[in-house]
Amino acid sequence: MTAADFPRFRPVGDAALLVEFADRFEEAIHARILDFDAAFAAHPLAGVRECVPAYASVLLTYDPLVLSPQAVIAHARWLVAMPAVAARSPAAHRIRVCYEPAFAPDLPELAERLGLDPETIIDHHLAASYRVVAFGFAPGYAYLHGTPEALRLPRKPAARRNVPAGSVIIAGSQCLVTTLTMPTGWWVIGASPEALLPLDRDPPVLFGLGDSVRFARIDAAMLVAARAP
Amino acid sequence: MSRAEFLVEWAGPSTTIQDRGRPGFLRYGVPASGPMDRGGMAAAMGLAGLADAAAIEVGLGGLRLSCERGEAGFALAGGAFSVSLDGRPLGSWTVGRMSAGSRLAITPGAWGCWTYLVFSGVLEASRWLGSRATHAPSGLGGGMVTSGARLVVDAGGDQVQPGDAAWPAVHPRPDRYRLVLGPQDQVFTPLAREALLTEPFAISRRFDRMGIALEGPRLDIAGPLDMPSEPIVRGAIQVPGQGDPVVLMADHQPTGGYPKIATLIGADQDSFAQLRPGDIARFRAVSADEAVAAAREGG
Repeated sequence: MTAADFPRFRPVGDAALLVEFADRFEEAIHARILDFDAAFAAHPLAGVRECVPAYASVLLTYDPLVLSPQAVIAHARWLVAMPAVAARSPAAHRIRVCYEPAFAPDLPELAERLGLDPETIIDHHLAASYRVVAFGFAPGYAYLHGTPEALRLPRKPAARRNVPAGSVIIAGSQCLVTTLTMPTGWWVIGASPEALLPLDRDPPVLFGLGDSVRFARIDAAMLVAARAP
Repeated sequence: MSRAEFLVEWAGPSTTIQDRGRPGFLRYGVPASGPMDRGGMAAAMGLAGLADAAAIEVGLGGLRLSCERGEAGFALAGGAFSVSLDGRPLGSWTVGRMSAGSRLAITPGAWGCWTYLVFSGVLEASRWLGSRATHAPSGLGGGMVTSGARLVVDAGGDQVQPGDAAWPAVHPRPDRYRLVLGPQDQVFTPLAREALLTEPFAISRRFDRMGIALEGPRLDIAGPLDMPSEPIVRGAIQVPGQGDPVVLMADHQPTGGYPKIATLIGADQDSFAQLRPGDIARFRAVSADEAVAAAREGG
């Protein structure tokens, strides 16, 4: 696909429209997606229920009793053509993480596969700055883009079961901090005490899309203390 | 208002509190949840005389309740379950009344996987983001209903006349469930696209509030695919690299990186949700405009 083929407008069922900006993630494409999201917030359309930005696309869900696919496509085309409405002001976050073996069951295998020692992996992970690209997989799971090249491996062939909430996991260029106990095929390299799904907040998240995140190392005692109620 | 208390003597593993759901948070990774059979829950609310309420969604594991204190009216609708009150059989869709000592038992009946119990009053249930709908994978919202739990109802003043309502004796289901193809139908082989619209698919045993897996012909993609994760809607038919297609339902994952060959239209989702493991479904394609027209006709 070439850039001229995008954006593409694809109806999804009877109540959603997918606006595709590219067929892969790129920082410049993602900036356009956040501009589209801001433009939609400034110029909503009655009957559109949700605007959901992702890596390379935005989903608009709508009430089919109110809107037709054509009406939503026309509005989306107008928003795509609109100059960016306002400069975003992304926030910067520091997230504590403990890399000690009890909380990092995949660190040894990751070290072996990458030919690095665990401390070097930790240094790389701490040195990087990550961008909040999308929420997905489960409530409050913020996909962070920016895992350094040296640490990029695909998902493991088999998922690990019952990975506890608060685990710091990586795969490819991505990193995230889990909010629920779930199976995952990503590499579990640490644990964070941060509540990324604050249940008493609306919206129930700490991060905004486009925000930057860096990790700060803590030891197990600090992790346990920070998690104590 | 008077207070009624119930003991959950038995609840199958997929019993949850639901309401109309929690739309508006998909961008934060939170699906809308809500009932698997929206029409069934709405019918139960209607029978209870309530415009909006929390319902208990009962699955194939069934539910047994006893009233410990007070009294409250209730309504049941959705599917065709076997229902008895103090050992006396009631209709599948029914209105009744429980007082201290009475016992209600709900087990699977002639058809359907889900039925809805609504009390005439206010069922005490915690809310998350304004809704009592339970997101089953996390338990957030009103929550799972488990054996041994207690339910409290602030019973309403209005009395709804007990008695059975008319219910569909046979599962209302189309010859072919309607799909809008895409958004990734083009990445599948022509054979896979043809199979989707011509071959029968069986409902597998792997189904829950997140999704219903289908058994049938393999749906292969034409070549290697590395697509970015994108938001998912209820009804999406996602095809993992290895394995069976899954029709994503009320607690669907918010995003997915596997291709979606088609989306089951909203008008056909209630009937589809009530199919049991082993039931056969066939599909046909409609345009997005036809799907919108079906939504406007209410089916």
